[in-house]
Amino acid sequence: MNRSDLEALAQRELQRQQAFRCRILCCASTPCLSSGATAVYDAINAAIKEGELDAEVQAVSTGCMGPCSRGPMVTVQVKDEGEFIYEHVSPEVGRQLVTYHARSAASPAEELPEPLRTRLLPSDMPFFAKQKKVVLSNSGLIDPERLEDYVARGGYAALAHALREMTPEEVCREIINSGLRGRGGAGYPTGLKWDMVRKARGDKKYVIANGDEGDPGAYMDRTLMESDPHRVLEGMAIAGYAVGADQGYIYVRGEYPIAAKRLERAIRTAERRGLLGSRILDSNFNFRIDVRIGAGAFVCGEETALMASIMGRRGQPTPRPPYPAQSGLWGKPTLINNVETFGNIAPIIQNGAEWFASIGTAKSKGTKIFALAGKVATTGLIEVPMGITLREIVYDIGGGIPNDLAFKAAQTGGPSGGCIPAQYLDTPVDYESLKALGSIMGSGGLIIMDEHSCMVDVAKFFMEFCMDESCGKCVPCRVGTVQMHRLLERITDGSATLQDLETLKELCVMVKETSLCGLGQSAPNPVLSTIQYFLDEYEAHIRERRCPAGVCTLEKTPVTEWVHA
Amino acid sequence: MSVVTLTINDELVSAQEGQTLLSVLQERGIEVPTLCHLDGLSERGGCRLCMVEMEGTGRLQAACVTQVQEGMVVHTHSERLVKYRRMILELLFSERNHVCAVCVMNGHCELQWEAAQIGMDHVRYEYLNPDLPMDASHERFVIDHNRCILCTRCVRVCDEIEGAHVWDVMGRGVNSRVIADLNQPWGTSQSCTSCGKCVQVCPTGALFSKGATVAEMEKQHNFLRWILDGREKKIWSYENGK
Repeated sequence: MNRSDLEALAQRELQRQQAFRCRILCCASTPCLSSGATAVYDAINAAIKEGELDAEVQAVSTGCMGPCSRGPMVTVQVKDEGEFIYEHVSPEVGRQLVTYHARSAASPAEELPEPLRTRLLPSDMPFFAKQKKVVLSNSGLIDPERLEDYVARGGYAALAHALREMTPEEVCREIINSGLRGRGGAGYPTGLKWDMVRKARGDKKYVIANGDEGDPGAYMDRTLMESDPHRVLEGMAIAGYAVGADQGYIYVRGEYPIAAKRLERAIRTAERRGLLGSRILDSNFNFRIDVRIGAGAFVCGEETALMASIMGRRGQPTPRPPYPAQSGLWGKPTLINNVETFGNIAPIIQNGAEWFASIGTAKSKGTKIFALAGKVATTGLIEVPMGITLREIVYDIGGGIPNDLAFKAAQTGGPSGGCIPAQYLDTPVDYESLKALGSIMGSGGLIIMDEHSCMVDVAKFFMEFCMDESCGKCVPCRVGTVQMHRLLERITDGSATLQDLETLKELCVMVKETSLCGLGQSAPNPVLSTIQYFLDEYEAHIRERRCPAGVCTLEKTPVTEWVHA
Repeated sequence: MSVVTLTINDELVSAQEGQTLLSVLQERGIEVPTLCHLDGLSERGGCRLCMVEMEGTGRLQAACVTQVQEGMVVHTHSERLVKYRRMILELLFSERNHVCAVCVMNGHCELQWEAAQIGMDHVRYEYLNPDLPMDASHERFVIDHNRCILCTRCVRVCDEIEGAHVWDVMGRGVNSRVIADLNQPWGTSQSCTSCGKCVQVCPTGALFSKGATVAEMEKQHNFLRWILDGREKKIWSYENGK
């Protein structure tokens, strides 16, 4: 396949899609599937068949549409009438959707027949209006299992452009100029990393996409891989061309079978069409991608542990330097980026670095996907421009805190991050501002807590997670996390003294400074940040033996008390 | 090989390029505690006792896995470092059942020695008291998981020097445990050559010879240097080496 074949394919697919009067897009991402999306899709297909509407109505199984707590989601696109987004669609409602939209011109929203009316989301809903979709621009609109759908929306045009019009150096320069930073959490400038690997000497180089997303409640990468797998592959291929690699690996978490299946399928189709593999798009560039499945270790999201796992070794980190850019997979220069980072590449090449740099703040460019979870009215997956305030995310996009409760804190960055209290709701969300508040951007987990959440309990939850996930290689993380968890347990069960709080603080700092890899270095963050902003809660547990949020039971007493008694 | 100059504890020191910082410290007689490091084995960087401060990086670095670089400014015994080393030792003591008074290695143990050196006289953390087994199925040796600090010297010596790779680690975090072959009794391991190298390199009483009782076990690990130097110089017996 060459460039004109690609364009012809896009044209053919667009014509095919435009032949339908009505397209019914059914979400087939994990959250909607778990609330029964398969039955909805089947019912819609059955209704099309029964009504003999095959020529006018098309049902498409797509990726994620965003408001996951409202699933199964269905979007109906009607020619000349626009888009209608429905929530909580049951198979019965799905059937009615077909008969209604296929037959009649849509009436105003308030005149829709029941049960469609109550399930239709307002077209100006802030959940959608406040978002800016760059990485997720195809998500929910295309069938992730069809290459044609992706190509029809401009897919692989960026790869074709890069291969034909740009040198590897120019590609790296473009990414540097765009200001894109790693979306895995640390925020290292992506272009600089690419350029380092490009300049590294080596007969063989590798590109790795890190899809081992493990933060509790976060599913940005899963959604991207499930909803738009070709976008990740295209980004990796462009990276391979830029750094001079001919082999890529995409490391998918073992708990993501659908993502792995769709990626495998996407790779096979792309190879068949000559968009991956040998002589891509009739150029001299060869690039193969293989999927590697993780086996359930959080630490394998750390790049050196991830590479050890790909090489078939025990998934444990190794000290850096040497950095993967010099000596990575099998000792060869290796580029390793997050899946979401690769999702940004095609749009940057296609629209230019200036376009990308115009989104976001001075030092954080582009958009960020967040998995909005916890105590907000609408939870789900959102993509927002960098620099948006937390208040906009919580109150506009998320629709505020349910039951008229007060916002207490937002937890970003999962077990590596921290809590942001209410007084900082107007902070712009970017790498620097979050870091200044003692939290991190992280990979994109965003958990909202209301006044019924106990911050000590939250810190204990994350510490338990780190304790379970510590690989055991270095002592501060292996034993330190256990001891920190014990101390937090004592605070929440009432047996702690103020001395325990001091021991906890001291231990946090030590583990942070001496641990081998990012897991241990950031494991104390949830504790440190809750101590910073919610010290009164810790003290209430210890001094007054009272949990202000009413979560902890505090049934024990400190050892010192019964010694004296 | 070129020479680099660095500053250690306010003193100018020259070293060869490619040397690890730890080897320079040891050559200069600057004592930093180590447990997972052993001359002759690959570096692991796991015990974190040899952490040093490096000006300009803001981060602590483990000396065993840090290569010397021109202009490095290193501090090895700041108040913070000593405190952290002590805390790490306390964590190790709290992790398993290190009861020196009844240990075969009492008086010869590296963990005990490092603790004594740094003045660690008590442990402020809760003892975890895990319920761990001993494996005495081997004809000549015993492994006592209660004393193991997971330094993996045994794993490395068996893989790198003996070439048998009997030992490895299973589980993760605090539940990690050294296992023989695929977690079978050591005595039934078909890959074990009974060479005893693992026993000799073990810093604590986790691996010991049968028959040794309290404070009777002493270990020798100079043999590692003899083997490695011998291999390099192609000297295959002590007589030839004279």
